[in-house]
Amino acid sequence: MGGALNVNHLLFLGHGALWTIGLSVIALVGGGLAGFLVALGRVSPSRTVRLLAATYVQLIQGTPLLVIMFLSFFGLAAIGFNISPLAAAGASMTIFVAAYLGEIWRGCIEAVPRPQWEAAEGLALSRSQRMVKVILPQAIRIATPPTVGFMVQIIKNTSLASVVGFVELTRSGQIINNSMFEPFLIYSIIAVVYFSLCYPLSRLSRRLERTALQKKPALA
Amino acid sequence: MGLELDFSVVLDRWRSLLDGATLTLELAFIAVVCGAIIGVFGAIGRRGGNPLIERLCGAYVEGIRNTPLLVQIFLVYFGLSSLGLKFSAFTVAAVALTINVGAYTTEIMRAGFDSIVRGQIEAAEGLGLSKAQIYWHVIIWPGIERVYPALTSQFVLLMLASSVTSQISAEELTAVANYIQSETYRSFETYIVVALIYVALSFVMRFGFWLLGLALFPRRRRLGTPL
Repeated sequence: MGGALNVNHLLFLGHGALWTIGLSVIALVGGGLAGFLVALGRVSPSRTVRLLAATYVQLIQGTPLLVIMFLSFFGLAAIGFNISPLAAAGASMTIFVAAYLGEIWRGCIEAVPRPQWEAAEGLALSRSQRMVKVILPQAIRIATPPTVGFMVQIIKNTSLASVVGFVELTRSGQIINNSMFEPFLIYSIIAVVYFSLCYPLSRLSRRLERTALQKKPALA
Repeated sequence: MGLELDFSVVLDRWRSLLDGATLTLELAFIAVVCGAIIGVFGAIGRRGGNPLIERLCGAYVEGIRNTPLLVQIFLVYFGLSSLGLKFSAFTVAAVALTINVGAYTTEIMRAGFDSIVRGQIEAAEGLGLSKAQIYWHVIIWPGIERVYPALTSQFVLLMLASSVTSQISAEELTAVANYIQSETYRSFETYIVVALIYVALSFVMRFGFWLLGLALFPRRRRLGTPL
């Protein structure tokens, strides 16, 4: 693929961009499901569960995603589990996203006004009924703006999957650069692509936040 | 299946790990100090009233916050060398991290400065303070005090993110880890040890910032709440 930047290069970058989106979706779905469990664990009535969830969050939030990537790709290979770059990147992103989304969502669950819990208790709802019917519907509304905002972090962080050889946007740029050595041009293009993926989400998150502030519930 | 973990070969290299950890903290320290300075000026620029400067600062913040650090590092690394400037990997890493954290700091500090109520500034004007004095005593310090927790979390995240500079072979902790695992073939153990070192570094940083906060904001310590 040597020579000047041509259509094939751009197609290759486009392919990488699709995998960036794909990995982001995997991370959001996997990390979202696991993060939901983490959030529930953090507000669990059981002390042990709370402690376990808190330890998970502390450990993952204290470790760079890059090291998690290396651990799941090279580390697992070294102890005999050979996993593909996609599986390693997907698993690492899921582990990482779960810790952060779990913590964000815990905040949202706790932000539901206290009287709502008490009223639900007064209606003699069980704990799971209280959660599902009263608290979560309100928590989801509070959680939407920060979750959309965090999707920007997810998209940006998929760039680290390039270090385990997963061909997403950054890695495809590196591959093209190896053949034509125009790093400044190529990385500028890549930066623009990331920006056009992330910026609309940033704007959306900010707009959601503003409308959420205007529609503050009467009971707060 | 070789599921026998042997941490001794990794721990034998504690000297290199210590050097790497020191370099990680050095990088973080430089970026935090320079980033905080950028943040103060960026936040002043974003609310200063001059539309051109406001737009420039806004473009900087949005541009950095919506692109990955890895790509920014490559851009600085190859950008400087295409200008014919040759710097060490450490310098490039420090510059890239500073540019990165500066944007986040700008945004956080802007929120802090915006939270100062108009009446406070008017009162300071009424007392005849100069514009610089008003900024320093009424806007900058009280503003930073309010966003101090958010600011310090961002700085801890920056320390963790500095691991990415291993990709341009700055010799920080992650780069040391890569080197050790390629020499010992003990990847799993190496990265576990390194992950735990990072966890410890985050704790140390949080504790340091907590102490610094007590020293910087005595009012906060007295009242137990940010004013």
